[in-house]
Amino acid sequence: MASERAEIENADEADADGAETDKANGASGTGGTGGDLDDYNAFLTRERIDGAADGPLAGLDVAIKDNISTAGVRTTCGSAMLVNYVPPYDATVITRLKKAGAAIVGKTNMDEFGMGGTTETSAFGPTENPRAPGRVAGGSSGGSAAAVAAGLADAALGSDTGGSIRNPAAFCGVVGLKPTYGLVSRHGLVAYGNSLEGVGPIAPTVEGVAEVLDAVAGPDERDATTRDPSDHGREHEHGHGHEGSYADSAAGDADLEETTIGVLSDLVEGTDDRVREAFEGSIDALRAEGAAVEVVSLESVEHSLAAYYVIAMGEASSNLARFDGVRYGLGRDDVDAENETETGPDGDDGDWNEAYARVREAGFGEEVKRRILLGTYALSAGYHDKYYAKAQDARAWVKRDFDAAFEHADVLASPTMPVVPPEIGERIDDPLQLYLMDANTVPVNLANLPAISVPAVGTPGSGYDAGDDESTDVGRGNGPLPVGVQFTGRAFDEETILRVSSVLA
Amino acid sequence: MNDEQVNDEDAAAEDVTPADVRHVAGLARVDLTEEEVDRFTEQFADILEYFETLDAVPETDDDPELVNVLRADEVREGLSQAEALRNAPETEDGYFKGPKVS
Repeated sequence: MASERAEIENADEADADGAETDKANGASGTGGTGGDLDDYNAFLTRERIDGAADGPLAGLDVAIKDNISTAGVRTTCGSAMLVNYVPPYDATVITRLKKAGAAIVGKTNMDEFGMGGTTETSAFGPTENPRAPGRVAGGSSGGSAAAVAAGLADAALGSDTGGSIRNPAAFCGVVGLKPTYGLVSRHGLVAYGNSLEGVGPIAPTVEGVAEVLDAVAGPDERDATTRDPSDHGREHEHGHGHEGSYADSAAGDADLEETTIGVLSDLVEGTDDRVREAFEGSIDALRAEGAAVEVVSLESVEHSLAAYYVIAMGEASSNLARFDGVRYGLGRDDVDAENETETGPDGDDGDWNEAYARVREAGFGEEVKRRILLGTYALSAGYHDKYYAKAQDARAWVKRDFDAAFEHADVLASPTMPVVPPEIGERIDDPLQLYLMDANTVPVNLANLPAISVPAVGTPGSGYDAGDDESTDVGRGNGPLPVGVQFTGRAFDEETILRVSSVLA
Repeated sequence: MNDEQVNDEDAAAEDVTPADVRHVAGLARVDLTEEEVDRFTEQFADILEYFETLDAVPETDDDPELVNVLRADEVREGLSQAEALRNAPETEDGYFKGPKVS
C-alpha cells in the first residue's frame, strides 16, 4: 500500500506544490489567477473523460465542480486537505452525464468545500470573472460559471447549498439552476450541508441548462432523499407535471398570458441601484410578454440568512469531521514537514485528538475553520436551543411563507444577488459582509425549492432582444456589469421557472 | 463556553473570549494560531450577534411529508479493500494506520 500511495503523491506533486504557491497569492487578494490551466483560474484539473458514443448530450463538453466525485480523477473541493484525493467511484450525476453522451472536460475551482460566495476561499487562488475583469466570478461554483462564460465548456455542473450555483451564474452572465431538493442525486457530492444542498447545471442558455437537467434528474437508489417528480404531479390549474422533457419547457416560445409573477419586494429593497434597474427592466420585459405582475412580501425572509448560516455551519461541523488525516486528508508527515509541532520527530506523542487537530489546522483554510467552529458552538450544550432550534423554526416559517406566496403567484422573482460582482480582494476580510451577499439566495435552500438565475435584460449574457440596439454581449469594456434575475418555483415544478426564464435567456 | 457560561442562557455574544474560541476549537479538533484566535474572537462576536436576531422568530411546527425509504437488507457490491484504503495517508496490512498513542 505504501508504494501505491507514493505513486499518487508523485503524480500530483507538481499540483501540490502549486497549491501552496497559489494559496499564498490568494490570501493577499491581489492575484487575478493562480493557476496556468486557463486565463481565469477556472479549472483545477483539465482532463478529458469521454462519455458514451451517442446519447442526447453527445458532443457536449461539461465542466464539473471539484466537489463532485470523478473516479480516478482528483477531486479537491478547493482544499489543501484533499489535494491528493482521488475518488474510487463516480458520482451518480457523472455516471448519468457519461451515459447521455457528454464528455467531462475538467474539474473546476470553487470556494473551499463550497464555503464562500466569491471563489476566493479556494486553496488554489480566486477565479477571475471572464465578463468583468478584475472582479470575482462569484461562488462557490465560480470555476464552473467562469468556464461556461469563457466558452471553455458548453455547460457545467455546480452545487448549491445557499446560492452557490445561482450566485456565480449571476456574476458571470450565464444561467444556473438549483433544482428542488431531491430531484438530482447527491451521491458522490462531497457533503457540506446535506439538508440544504443539491447539484445543478450551469449553461449559456436556459435551454442548455434544461438539457443537462434532463440527463441528471431523477431518483437514485444511492440517495434516499431523491424523489420521482411525477409523485409530486401538480394538479392545480397553473401547474405542469413532468410530462415532456425539461428542454421542451425551455424552448423560449412561452406564452406568459396565464402566468403570474410575484416580485419579492423584501429582496429588491436595499439592492445596488444597477441591480435594481436591470431587475426592473427584466420584469417590464416579462410584463410586455403578457405576464401579470404582483408584489409579494415574505415576513419570514429577514430571518433566512441567520437561520441558513446556523444550519449550514452546524451541518458542516459534523460533515467535515471525517477529514482527520487517517482515512482521508493530509498525512501526519505532510503536516509535520510544514508545521512546527510540540511532538518529537516521530510524531508519536500525544493522542489521536491532537494528531487530528494538527492535520485539520494545516489542511483547512480560515473560512472552513470559522464555519466548523461556529457550527460546533451553535450545537454545543446550552446554545443548541438558542441558535439551532430557532433556526429550524425560521426554516419552517420560510417554507410556509413560500407556500402562501404560491397561492397567488406561479413564480417568484427577485434579483439573484443584491450587488454587482465585487473586485477580487474587496470583501474577503469581512466574513459577515460576505455572508450578507447571500440574502436573496438562501431562502430557497431553506424551503427546498427550485430556483434559476438568468442574465437580466440589457446585461452581459442576456438573450432577450428588447428591440433597441443595446448589445447583449458586453461586459469587457465600460458596458454594464452582469446582473442575474432569480425565479423561484414550487417544489418539483422546474418546468414553470424554465418556461418563464427562457423568455429572457 | 466553559461550564459555568454554558449554563448561563443570558450569555451575550459580545462576551466571546479567546478562551471560548480555544474551547470550541478543542471540541472541533482544530488547532488555531494565536492570530486566528484573536481574529475569530472579534468576528464571532459580530456573527453571533447577528444570529441572535433569530430570537424574534416564533415557534413554528414543521410537518414534513414522511416517506419510507428503507430497502431490503441485501448484500451488494461495495468498494474493494484497496479502493477503500486508497486515499489513506498510511495503511498497514489492509488497515488504516493512525497515530501512535503514548
